[in-house]
Amino acid sequence: MLHGCPTGDSRGQTTVFASVDQYVSVVKKLADDGYTMCYDLTAVDYLTHPGRTLPDGVAPERFELVVGLLSIEQRSRLRIRVQVAEDQAVPSLFDIHPGTEAMEREVYDMFGIEFTGHPDLTRILMPEDWDGHPLRKDYGVGRIPVQFKQADRGV
Amino acid sequence: MALVEQTNEGGQELKARSELGAKELLREVGSVLRMSEAEAAALALSEIDPSTDQTMIINMGPQHPSTHGVLRLMLELQGETVLRCKPIIGYLHTGMEKTGEQLTFLQGGTNVTRMDYASPLNNELVFSMAVEKLLGIDGDIPERAVWMRMLLSELNRMSSHLLFMATNGMDIGAVSMMIYGWREREQVLRFFQKVTGLRMNHNFIRPGGLAADLPAGWRDDVLHLLDEINPRLDEYDILMTGQPIWRERLQGVGIITAQEAIALGATGPILRSTGVPWDLRRDQPYLKYEEMEFDVIVGSYGDAFDRYAIRLNEIRESMRIVRQILDRMPAGDYRIQDKKVTPPPRARIDESMEALIHHFKIFTEGFKVPEGEVYVAIESPRGEIGCYIVSDGSSTPYRMHMRAPSFVNVQTLPHMMRGGLVADAVAVISSVDPVLGEVDR
Amino acid sequence: MGQIQNILDEGIRGLEHNFITAKLEDLVRWSRSRSSWPATFGLACCAIEMMATGAAHYDISRFGMEVFRASPRQADIMIVAGRVSQKMAPVLRQVYDQMMEPKWVISMGVCASSGGMFNNYAIVQGVDQVVPVDVYAPGCPPTPETLIHAIETLHGLIETGELLKRRGSTGAGANVHVEAAPAPAQPIPVVLGAR
Repeated sequence: MLHGCPTGDSRGQTTVFASVDQYVSVVKKLADDGYTMCYDLTAVDYLTHPGRTLPDGVAPERFELVVGLLSIEQRSRLRIRVQVAEDQAVPSLFDIHPGTEAMEREVYDMFGIEFTGHPDLTRILMPEDWDGHPLRKDYGVGRIPVQFKQADRGV
Repeated sequence: MALVEQTNEGGQELKARSELGAKELLREVGSVLRMSEAEAAALALSEIDPSTDQTMIINMGPQHPSTHGVLRLMLELQGETVLRCKPIIGYLHTGMEKTGEQLTFLQGGTNVTRMDYASPLNNELVFSMAVEKLLGIDGDIPERAVWMRMLLSELNRMSSHLLFMATNGMDIGAVSMMIYGWREREQVLRFFQKVTGLRMNHNFIRPGGLAADLPAGWRDDVLHLLDEINPRLDEYDILMTGQPIWRERLQGVGIITAQEAIALGATGPILRSTGVPWDLRRDQPYLKYEEMEFDVIVGSYGDAFDRYAIRLNEIRESMRIVRQILDRMPAGDYRIQDKKVTPPPRARIDESMEALIHHFKIFTEGFKVPEGEVYVAIESPRGEIGCYIVSDGSSTPYRMHMRAPSFVNVQTLPHMMRGGLVADAVAVISSVDPVLGEVDR
Repeated sequence: MGQIQNILDEGIRGLEHNFITAKLEDLVRWSRSRSSWPATFGLACCAIEMMATGAAHYDISRFGMEVFRASPRQADIMIVAGRVSQKMAPVLRQVYDQMMEPKWVISMGVCASSGGMFNNYAIVQGVDQVVPVDVYAPGCPPTPETLIHAIETLHGLIETGELLKRRGSTGAGANVHVEAAPAPAQPIPVVLGAR
C-alpha cells in the first residue's frame, strides 16, 4: 500500500492503483515525496479485454488512465493506474504538473475522457470538428479495401 | 492576421518574469495563447479596425521554410515582440498507435521506426526492449546483440545531432552549415545502408536481437567515419561557436529555468541546458552504458546557445563511446536463439520442417507475448523516449503508446518565446529540435 | 491582328506554327524544365531524403532545382514529401492552388502516392485524392537516386510538352478547378470498417 492505495508489481515496475477520487491527492503527495516530473499520461480502453489481473479491492472499469511519475533525485519511477468508467470525468493534473496539459488533451482527443480543471480541453491531434475518439476499441481502423490483402490475423 | 481590441483570456494576465513565483508558474504564466482554432479562423475573417493599435495574432505554419516539419504556431505579437504563443499540432497525425494494435510484435518495428524519423533506430530499440521485457527475455539477449544495438544507437545519435546542426545553422542564417551537416550525415547513412540495407527507417533492431549481423569490414568503416568527422567538428566550432553573430543570435534566447523544465516534463538537451544532469544512459542505464566511459554535457543558462553546445559536444561523446565499442565488441550471436521469438536462419528452412513451420508462424501469425504491461525508456537525441505496451496474451499489442520526447518538449515553446522577437522564435523552435513525426504520431 | 488575338487567347500555343515559333516553343519548354523550382512541402521522413537530395552529395542544383521556394507563388513543382494527414489535406490544396501555372506535382514516397503502410483513418490514401499528380516516386523513403529519377522523368515530360498539351485538350490536371458541390439530400454514410 502506498498513500492509501493498493500497489502491484509489473515486470519489476511498481504500480499504484488509485481511484478517481484519491488520484490527485496521491499525485500531490508523491510530488512532495520527490516525484517531481510527470513524464507520461495516457489511457487504455479495456473494452475487448475485460479479464485483466488487478489487485483485490480494485474494480475494473472500461478505461484506465496511466500516469508515469519520475523522481530525478531518487532515480526512480512510479506508475499510477486509475480505473475510469465510461462518461466519467477525471480531475486534471495541470495544477501539479503543467506538463500534462498536452497529454490530457491527447487522451481527451483519442479516448473521450474529460478532465475537469484543464485550461483548454480541445482536440489536439485530430481536426477540431472530428467525430469520434479514434483509439477506442469500438472505433474501426478506417482501412480502405486493398486487393489481395492477406489472411486474417489470428489471436 | 487580425488586430484585436483585447485578447479574450479572462483572468490570465501577462506578468513580468521576475514577478513569478512557483504558484503562478504552475497555474498560468500567461505565455500560452488560449484560443481555439475555430476562434482564430473567425478572427481572421472579422473586420480590421486600423485605428486601434493593439496586439496582432498571426499564424506561422504549418507549411513554412523552417525545416522542422508541419508545426503551426499562433503568435500574439506586439510589433515584433512575441507575447503569447500556441503551438498547434496534429498535421502529421498518422494513427500509429491504432496501427500498432493491428500489427504483430515483429511488424511493430516498421511502424514505430517512422515516428522519430531523424533517429529511427532509437524508436526500434525502445519498442524491442519493451517487447523483450514483456516476454521475459530481456536478460538473455546475447552480448554481441547488445553491443551492436549500442553501436547503432550511438551512431544514430550522431546523425541526428548532425541533422540538428545543419537545420539549426540554416535557421539562424548560416546556410552553408546545411550543406556541411549533410555531408557528415551522408557518411553515417552510408554505413547504415551497408549494415541494415536502408538509409532511414531501417526496421533493423527487432525483439530478440537484430535482423542481421554486422558485415565484414565494419570496423574499418567506422574508424574511417570517426576519423573524418572529428576534424570537421572543430571546423564547425570555428564556423559557429566562436562567431560573434552566432553568439548574438543564440545567447540569452529562449531561456528556460530548471523548475519550468521539470514542471513541463521536458527532457534531453532542454533539461540538461538548465543545469540538471539527467541522462538516462547514466542515471537509469540500459544496454551496456554503465560500462562505458562518457560525460554528460550540462549547460548553465538554459538558453538556445547551451542547447546547441550540448548537442555539438554530445556528438563528440558519442564518438568516444563508439571508439570504446569498437575495441570491445564481442563475438557471438546477433539474436537470441529462441525458436518462438526469432526466425530461423534462411538456410535451415530448406533442411528442417520445424524451422519452416516456425518461420511461417512467426511471420504470419506472430509470436504470442504473455499478458501484462510494461514501460521502458531510453535516451533518444531529443530526450526520454518511452514505450508503454499492454499485452493481452495475443500476437498483437493490445495498446502501444510511445512517450515521445518532442510531444512534451513542444509545450516549452510558449514559455521560451515569450518576450522575444519573431526572429528569436525561429531560433527557439530550432533549438528545441522537434521532430513532428513523434509529436503527432 | 489575328495573330495577336490568337496569342491573347491561347498563349504561346496561339502562334501560327512555323519554323521560328516552333523553335521558340522548344526554347520555352527547355528553359521550363531546366529551372523548375520546387515548393517546400516536406512533411515527414521523405522530407529528410528530399533535403539530402538538395545537399552536396546528390545535388539537385545540377538540374537547376536547389532553390526551394517557401512561397508557392514562386514555385513550379510541388514535391509532396511525406504522409498527408486529415488535418493537412486542406492546407495542401490551398498551397497547390496558390501556385502559378504551369505547375506540376511529384508525389514522393509511398505515403503520398497511396497512403503507404498507413491504411487507416488518419492518412489520406494517396495525395492524388487532393491534387493532380504527374509523377509518383515510390520508396519508403525513396533514396535520393529515386527522387532524382522522378525529377528527371518529370523534366523529360516538361520538355516534350506532353503534359501541358494533354491537360489543355482534356481540361484535366492543373486546369481542374474544384467547385463546392451542393450537399446531397441524404448525408453520405462513411463506414469505418472493422479491421
